[in-house]
Amino acid sequence: MDLNQDRLVSMYRQMVLIRRFEERAADFYREGKIGGFLHLYIGEEAVGVGAIAALEPQDYIVTHYRDHGHALARGLDPKRLMAELLGRATGVSGGKGGSMHLADVSKGFWGGYGIVGGHIALAVGLALSAQYLDENRVVLCIFGEGSTNIGYFHEALNLASLWKLPVVFLCENNLYGMGTAVERASAVPSVAAKACAYNIPATRIDGMNISTVYEAAALAVAHVRSGQGPYLIEAMCYRFPGHSMGDPERYRSKDEVDRYREQDPILMLGKQLESQGILDEGGLEQIDHDVSKVIEAVAVFADQSHAPAPEALHEHVYAHPLNHREGAA
Amino acid sequence: MTLITYRDAVRDALREEMHRDPRVFIMGEEVGVWGGSYAVTQNMLREFGDKRVRDTPIAEGIIVGAGIGAAMGGLRPVCELMTVNFGLLASDMLINHAAKLHYMFAGQVKVPLVVRAVGGSGRQLAATHSQSLEVLFAYIPGLKVVMPATPYDAKGLLKAAIRDDDPVLYIEHSLLYPIKGEVPTGDYLVPIGASDIKREGKDVTIIAWSRMVHVALQAAEILGREGISAEVVDLRTLRPLDMEPVIRSFMKTNHAIVVEEDWRTFGIGAEVAVQIYEQAFGYLDAPIVRCAGAEVPMPYAKNLEALAVPTAGDVVRAAKELIG
Repeated sequence: MDLNQDRLVSMYRQMVLIRRFEERAADFYREGKIGGFLHLYIGEEAVGVGAIAALEPQDYIVTHYRDHGHALARGLDPKRLMAELLGRATGVSGGKGGSMHLADVSKGFWGGYGIVGGHIALAVGLALSAQYLDENRVVLCIFGEGSTNIGYFHEALNLASLWKLPVVFLCENNLYGMGTAVERASAVPSVAAKACAYNIPATRIDGMNISTVYEAAALAVAHVRSGQGPYLIEAMCYRFPGHSMGDPERYRSKDEVDRYREQDPILMLGKQLESQGILDEGGLEQIDHDVSKVIEAVAVFADQSHAPAPEALHEHVYAHPLNHREGAA
Repeated sequence: MTLITYRDAVRDALREEMHRDPRVFIMGEEVGVWGGSYAVTQNMLREFGDKRVRDTPIAEGIIVGAGIGAAMGGLRPVCELMTVNFGLLASDMLINHAAKLHYMFAGQVKVPLVVRAVGGSGRQLAATHSQSLEVLFAYIPGLKVVMPATPYDAKGLLKAAIRDDDPVLYIEHSLLYPIKGEVPTGDYLVPIGASDIKREGKDVTIIAWSRMVHVALQAAEILGREGISAEVVDLRTLRPLDMEPVIRSFMKTNHAIVVEEDWRTFGIGAEVAVQIYEQAFGYLDAPIVRCAGAEVPMPYAKNLEALAVPTAGDVVRAAKELIG
């Protein structure tokens, strides 16, 4: 399952796209154009890009609220994603979801979810539908290590294993659940170790190395697609910015952040591409330049898009409008 | 028409819908081998097999969570939670997930899910197994909450719930399972969001749902013998709440009593009463009365439990004071 050169370059480009997209989003946030929470994925890009590259178009993704990177890696339209962050009608969720709730069901991207751990249960249900309908789909369920102490995680792994459901559980272990270190929150700090309680094969990998992530995900997806039941990957990674915008970061030192920044997955893959002679410095710069132009257009589109019409307030509460005898009040 | 029990009505609705639509399946605690903890799904495992009648672990979060996911993926799950009290363990799934997804993703996701649960008291099951929690869920935009009182409504509303594209909480009452009623032989639906006049009258409107409909009807019978004509309105659906028959009835009777097994403070009766005040203030001859559950955790002792729930006698007394 070696990665060919084109694929590596494409992954590099995707990681740069995510990085620049989020840097622009942070600017919009500081300008007051993005409200609520903004959780950046910067530093963790290799996990989402590497794992999602192992999926087929018919597969499903269900993820947590730090979801911009996953959405971009799945090929959702960056313009409509940024518009969603700005709460505009052109956003992927019509401006009703915001940063934490990005979805494009036409791409099998069933959403980011804001309730920690809750989406793991939904992912298992989507896998049940895929199995029931014999659709040859794999569900990639992405969550943080902080959600593995919640009941949902355990209930979901148990049922998925019991019914041999087609789910790849991908844990992004970035060492902190908000500001609480994994060792301070989990009696068993290895998430992969928890999987054995449910008879689910698991592996713990370096999530800063995109080739490692891709290879592990490809193996997991093949295992799950063959009908052998779920598989769990624990990708060790690190987020460079705070948990969300405005995190005072009292729980970690600058030295620690700097140490991890040396393993920046974009730098690492860039060096690999150079050392393997796939791209030279100019080639890497060209990608950066191209992506920056894309992001400029993305920002203009989002900023110039309209806010949702007032009528949107009452749309989509129910699948069909209630008739006059129903809920008239 | 055939005369069947409420329990059979629920089972017939499930069976008919499962025969009609292969996407409909059942999952929950003891629905298969056991045959349902209230014997509703008896023999259904044999009839439909274990792909469509799925026993689950005792884990309400994943029962409803997996139901939501399966519904998103194109199935029509009917999840059974034994009792609505256990529904609290799945309340995050119902409130933060099922009720939100269609809206939050601007219509991209539908959740055609039915969650069945037993609510109410009367079987000496004490504080944690006897609650009427419908108001918690009826409060939530995005959910639908139905509580049938008769075999006819039980069957027609469950079939409508299964065919509905939104998440529906369908609350049965364990004391109603043995009651019998007329049900048409063929396929029929009772619309969600439509209240129903269960007895016509002209002096006082009694509003109830689920088992309290029978308490109201019993009271109306007694009142009738004493010269007071009571109209009984069965809400049947709590969200979306259909107030039209209530208001129409109230404009005729100018008096209203809400009979509710749930607690008085912040209960369904409070909402019903305020909507009458808002929509028919000019027709008011006296304050609206609530006959409601005692505001205590349900006690075990038989005599205390009986004191905690409105009776026909309570309703009769209230009506006489109101009209008198």
